[in-house]
Amino acid sequence: MLLLRLILKNAFRHRLRSVLTIVGITVALLAFGLLRTVLDAWHAGVEASSANRLVTRNAVSLTQPLPYAYKGRIRQVTGVDIVAAGSWFGGVYLDEKNFFANFAIEADDFFRLYPELLVSPEEQKAFISDRKGAVIGRKLADRFHWRTGDTVTLRGTIYPGQWPMTIRAIYNGARPDTDETVLYLHWSYLDETMKKRAPDRAGQAGFFMVGIHDATRAAEISKDIDAPFVNSQAETLTETERAFQLGFVSMSEAILLAITAVSYVVILIILAVAANTMAMSARERLGEFAVLKTLGFRGPTLAGMLLAESLILSLTGAAVAMALLPPLANGFATGLAQYFPIFIVSRQTVAIGFGFGVMVGVLAAVIPAQRIAAVRIADAFRRIG
Amino acid sequence: METPLIAISHLSKAYRRGDQVIPVLTDITFDIAAGEFLALIGPSGSGKSTLLNCLAGIDNVDSGSIVVAGTDIATMTESELATWRSRHVGFIFQFYNLIPVLSALENVELPLLLTTLSAGQRREHALAALSAVGLSDRTDHKPSQLSGGQQQRVAIARAIVTDPDIIVADEPTGDLDRQSAADIMALLGRLNGELGKTIVMVTHDQRAAEAAHLVRELNKGELRAAP
Repeated sequence: MLLLRLILKNAFRHRLRSVLTIVGITVALLAFGLLRTVLDAWHAGVEASSANRLVTRNAVSLTQPLPYAYKGRIRQVTGVDIVAAGSWFGGVYLDEKNFFANFAIEADDFFRLYPELLVSPEEQKAFISDRKGAVIGRKLADRFHWRTGDTVTLRGTIYPGQWPMTIRAIYNGARPDTDETVLYLHWSYLDETMKKRAPDRAGQAGFFMVGIHDATRAAEISKDIDAPFVNSQAETLTETERAFQLGFVSMSEAILLAITAVSYVVILIILAVAANTMAMSARERLGEFAVLKTLGFRGPTLAGMLLAESLILSLTGAAVAMALLPPLANGFATGLAQYFPIFIVSRQTVAIGFGFGVMVGVLAAVIPAQRIAAVRIADAFRRIG
Repeated sequence: METPLIAISHLSKAYRRGDQVIPVLTDITFDIAAGEFLALIGPSGSGKSTLLNCLAGIDNVDSGSIVVAGTDIATMTESELATWRSRHVGFIFQFYNLIPVLSALENVELPLLLTTLSAGQRREHALAALSAVGLSDRTDHKPSQLSGGQQQRVAIARAIVTDPDIIVADEPTGDLDRQSAADIMALLGRLNGELGKTIVMVTHDQRAAEAAHLVRELNKGELRAAP
């Protein structure tokens, strides 16, 4: 107990310096945690994807459509259970700043494909039976105070004109990482309207969502789907939903790399600060360490004491940071909801935060602890006079 | 003839500064009997403290032997010396060298952490040591709350708490006023007279040296009988 008391007292001997070091570690790990949560938010779609869903799109580019007629041929591929056409609708509600994702989808099998979107059977039926109906996520409904029965008009950016629709259902996510900020409208509404407004753009799907029952055969089924369209005017590329989402993420790879790099640089900076604190602390107490050695304490014991002091500071900083991170992230989530619908601090981030806390504590103490362990008593007394 | 507690034989030590070799101790040979109170005197830089450090096992020697109770400590490893010091030597420094964040009692208890005593026994021993130096009423005081003389008495309590055979004192009165110095010397005299502790003391203080039974002088690293 006395040794522990000595370690604790030494860790906070210079209160201001110790508190500033802890604050520095806290701020650095908070920044790290937030940046990592941003990265997680970017990857939220990847994590939420299902192994039983494939996406078939135009092999040239995601912006190039596919003939709707492909649906029947895809459906015939062995292992395929469900095929539903979909398109990125890109509608705007009143103003660009009100951005939210909106897709036109084929409603019949939609809820079978997306079991994580929880909708009451009545609302499901109401949506399916109303061609101008829409289903929206709970967070989106809360954001604009929309309720079922409300009429919402989106201004088309990809598909010109005004697109009035009635909210028929509001879904809740089955999992915390289910995106509840999306609006889905009927693909048939889009297609039939386009037949009137721009007939040459009708009969086209942005992609096909494909439901399969055996996820282990995903690669084989993907190949079988694409095979008939090789050398056609619109070759297809089928991949798992996860790979499809990763494709989106990889478009921002440079930004993600920069965020990752910054998050690690923050840790390196705080490591230097903590190392400086420990070096100063060890240097100032060289005489005391020499006295302890004189009394019979061995070098490794004293090195361990210094290491423990360092860990107390760094882990206190880490604990405060990890305690503050979720509420801070919630604040960010509210402010950035339209950009990051899923902004949740993962357990992994918390674990890594504590891991870095330990790492900073250990690395900051390594060199001064080595010096303390190795210094000869007589030399230490001579150095301090 | 009685076997001496400490037998120093042909002890030499030099410091090296670049290519320069500066002899500090030259062919020192003398014995210290058990229960002796020896004062080492001499001008600054004469090698007194180095000799004290060598015989206390906190500095190494270049040649010669230091046999303490039959064991040559000059051949011991760092780790062996640490154990040996914790069992056989009590240290008193000029500037007390107490740990400032610990109370008087905790400072005295510190060397006992290296023993197998329980926490309760350690506290008991530390209280007894503080009582022996007349500081029973200052157990919870931090060093900064004590006078120089009181701090040195805490340091003496720390030196005797493990009941060592030898007490080495490096200028124990060097930082004290005359009265406090006299008190400390009286205390050391009691430790030597009543408890039979062997004391080796380095001092510049003539009065302190007079309290010792035997005085030896070092000059330019060579030992001579005191005038």
